[in-house]
Amino acid sequence: MPESVVVDVNVNGVAYQREIEPRLLLVEFLREEIGLTGTHIGCDTSYCGACTVTLNGRLVKSCTCLAVQADGGEVCTVEGLEQNGELHPLQEAFSEHHGLQCGYCTPGMLMASKSLLEENPSPSREEIRKGIAGNLCRCTGYVNIIKAIDAAAVKMQGV
Amino acid sequence: MRQDTKFTNQNFRVIGSRVNRPDGMDKVTGRARYGADYDAPGQLVGLFLRSPHAHARIVSMDISRAEKLAGVKAIITADDLPDLTNGNREMLDILENSMARGRALYDGHAVAAVAASDVKTARKALKLIKVEYEQLPHVTDVDEAMQPDAPVIHDWIFTQGVNPTPKKPSNVCNRTEMGHGDVDAGFARAAHIIEKSYKTEQTHQGYIEPHACVASMGPDGSGELWVTTQGHFAYRNVCAELLGLDIAKLKVTSSEIGGGFGGKTHVWAEPIALALSRKANRPVKVVMTRDEVFRATGPASSTSIDVKIGVTKKGRIIAASAELRYADGAFPGPWAILGAMTSFACYDLKNVKTVGYDVICNRPKVAAYRAPSAPMAAFAIESTVDLAAAAVGMDAVDFRIKNAAKKGTLSSYGVTYGPIGIGPTLDAAKNHPHMKAKLKKNQGRGMACGFWFNFGGQTCSTINIAADGTVNLSVGTIDVGGSRASLSLIAAEELGIPYEHVKASVADTASLGHNDMTDGSRGTFSSGMATIVAARRAIEVMKERAAAMWDIPVDKVDWKDGHAVAKGKKNSKLAPLSLKEIAENSPNTGGPIAGHNEFVADGAGVSFASHLCDVEVDPETGATRIVRYTVIQDAGKAIHPDYVEGQFQGGAAQGIGWALNEEYIYGEDGRLQNPGFLDYRIPVCSDLPFIDTQILEIPNPDHPYGVRGVGETSIVPPLAAIGNAISNAVGLRMTHVPMSPPRILAALEAGE
Repeated sequence: MPESVVVDVNVNGVAYQREIEPRLLLVEFLREEIGLTGTHIGCDTSYCGACTVTLNGRLVKSCTCLAVQADGGEVCTVEGLEQNGELHPLQEAFSEHHGLQCGYCTPGMLMASKSLLEENPSPSREEIRKGIAGNLCRCTGYVNIIKAIDAAAVKMQGV
Repeated sequence: MRQDTKFTNQNFRVIGSRVNRPDGMDKVTGRARYGADYDAPGQLVGLFLRSPHAHARIVSMDISRAEKLAGVKAIITADDLPDLTNGNREMLDILENSMARGRALYDGHAVAAVAASDVKTARKALKLIKVEYEQLPHVTDVDEAMQPDAPVIHDWIFTQGVNPTPKKPSNVCNRTEMGHGDVDAGFARAAHIIEKSYKTEQTHQGYIEPHACVASMGPDGSGELWVTTQGHFAYRNVCAELLGLDIAKLKVTSSEIGGGFGGKTHVWAEPIALALSRKANRPVKVVMTRDEVFRATGPASSTSIDVKIGVTKKGRIIAASAELRYADGAFPGPWAILGAMTSFACYDLKNVKTVGYDVICNRPKVAAYRAPSAPMAAFAIESTVDLAAAAVGMDAVDFRIKNAAKKGTLSSYGVTYGPIGIGPTLDAAKNHPHMKAKLKKNQGRGMACGFWFNFGGQTCSTINIAADGTVNLSVGTIDVGGSRASLSLIAAEELGIPYEHVKASVADTASLGHNDMTDGSRGTFSSGMATIVAARRAIEVMKERAAAMWDIPVDKVDWKDGHAVAKGKKNSKLAPLSLKEIAENSPNTGGPIAGHNEFVADGAGVSFASHLCDVEVDPETGATRIVRYTVIQDAGKAIHPDYVEGQFQGGAAQGIGWALNEEYIYGEDGRLQNPGFLDYRIPVCSDLPFIDTQILEIPNPDHPYGVRGVGETSIVPPLAAIGNAISNAVGLRMTHVPMSPPRILAALEAGE
């Protein structure tokens, strides 16, 4: 295996080229190589979902994805949800409906919810429950997270 | 002079409103910085080598090859950590738990740590450390650890609390007895006596953020620590004592905290990170893996509990007793004591006795987990209370109402209650719409009560008024559940300014006096009380400044709705001065305006809850689904109702996980078999129902606003409420938590 490889990854609309070790995880690339610490590590085993981002539009758990797998691809993280200084409706809804306590799961939860609403713009509560079942929250009992996703869905439908 | 902090039943302007939390924006945008989100220039990576054995003597350790590896800057073993604790065994325990001293006491116990220039080098160095272990007999089960032939883990533990103190060491470190009256006489007069034994398995707080810190020690003995913690002042004091530092020269800054639930009240890797930094003379960053969090931080006790309840024909509990055995892990703790104290706290009992045994075993040192020790005791007691109700043919709620503690009750742990909420929560439960919901096939309804003490503790807050009339509120209690919002509301209420004009921050240890940790549901209670006093003191200063601006005596100045108001006919033409106007003039009237308060926040009000729960048990698989769940709890006064409800829901969700799935599973070899979220299964969204809440407000007489702590009680009733519901669904009394599908299925099969 080579000592290092060069990867080109577009993160939140910005092109990054880095020389990295082939074993580097995508989450390490995001946090350590380009300094985006909004993507969190909770379990190292793709179970908790705190590290959830999208790669080429699909949800991935960046702790079990190599950075080289993102070579030539587009990654969106929580830092990329804001567009032109405007919060994403999900960010607004999580803030207004108290869809967080400690906030550690929030970035991953936001990414998972965004993906859910892209696939299903008006999910039922049951569909929301299943849609974010890959993301652990230990603080809220998920009650206000469901309310927030519900509210964001309504708002996004209205636009 | 200490300010009066009695309840005054004042009218509120902003208290009770559902404002957005000040930290919310940073948390939804990824700007919030947690333990692992900070780097220091030139920092090294710190990693730990951990014991693969449950109990082993460290015969020898060779670090020479690791030391020679390029990029390795420091290695720490017990040899680098002299005992500076002056005979304080509790502190030595903390040091020994951070790094094994000659013996590894549990699977995951740290035996060495490395600081290297990068993670790859650090990992390589760990592999080069050669440790020769001699495996020793181990014990991980609490009942087995109490047996006379059990391997004795510490030769220095002689059971405390028995007279005379035993001459032989054992694993039982403490016996505690609580209660009053004469239980034997009470049982003799009982119409029915119910006796039952229970077990609960070990659980972990399961915060999603692993422990993380950046430690930086300078050659002058000064240091800094950035860390995720529930108590940065406590971390400072402990680390300073263990490492021989001057307390004031160690500055600890708390990061945003990604959940703690008690597990971040205790140091684990932090003293070692500082020791590595001191040895390497470079900053060192340590971030635990999830595997390390499970194996080597502080889960809750596993327990074994016997309960005996005697009732009269009319349904009055005439005697109650319990023996509670709590596994403390490798070092002593107060865990059975808390279990013994909380056991029967919900009831008005003439004859009650609880005996707690704290037991050492080869598991990690137990730490607090949300209302520590109470959920297990409540499982045993509240399951037996349901059996007692059934024995006299009474409804479970009516039976509890009849026996509930009230104002004036001598509690089972020795205090006499003031106004308390157990009766009101039970009345609310009886009348709740939940009770009328129809149950389907294989479904059952259960309920249970819970109690937690709450705590006040050392606290100080400071208010600084900026020149434009906005306000900095500096507090020393970590915000784990939205306290920056609740404390900003309190400051705004007192000062008469909008909530948005207050900026609350958790100050570092160099910027504020000592504050105890955020534990005991004390954040909003104690820092809130300190903030009220600090604000009132700032108002006194502002009244003086207004008097100076008006050139009138200060006793002619009142404070009303955020304004200084001149009193008396003579001054009737003086227009009120706003806080903003006074602040703008402060450079000319005496300089900066501040108010501060330092005290021990006495008078934390006890807290009670009643939970209702409907379950559906699948007879094919033994799986239990929570169909409906309602939390009713006394908050004293809900400063921010959404965040109070959030605590109710979060505690219930953790309790549901504890009741149904979560457990540490140890193999015959004494090693933890499920140190990850895949096999230690905490509830995901689709596992839980919408948890309904009802806030009651029975004011705490010893807080100006009537506040009681709300963070912990909500985890106390779920185990029992679910056990009772399962019993009502399938006619089986589950006595072993978690009531996981295999256990329920086995019970169903045995029942058939």
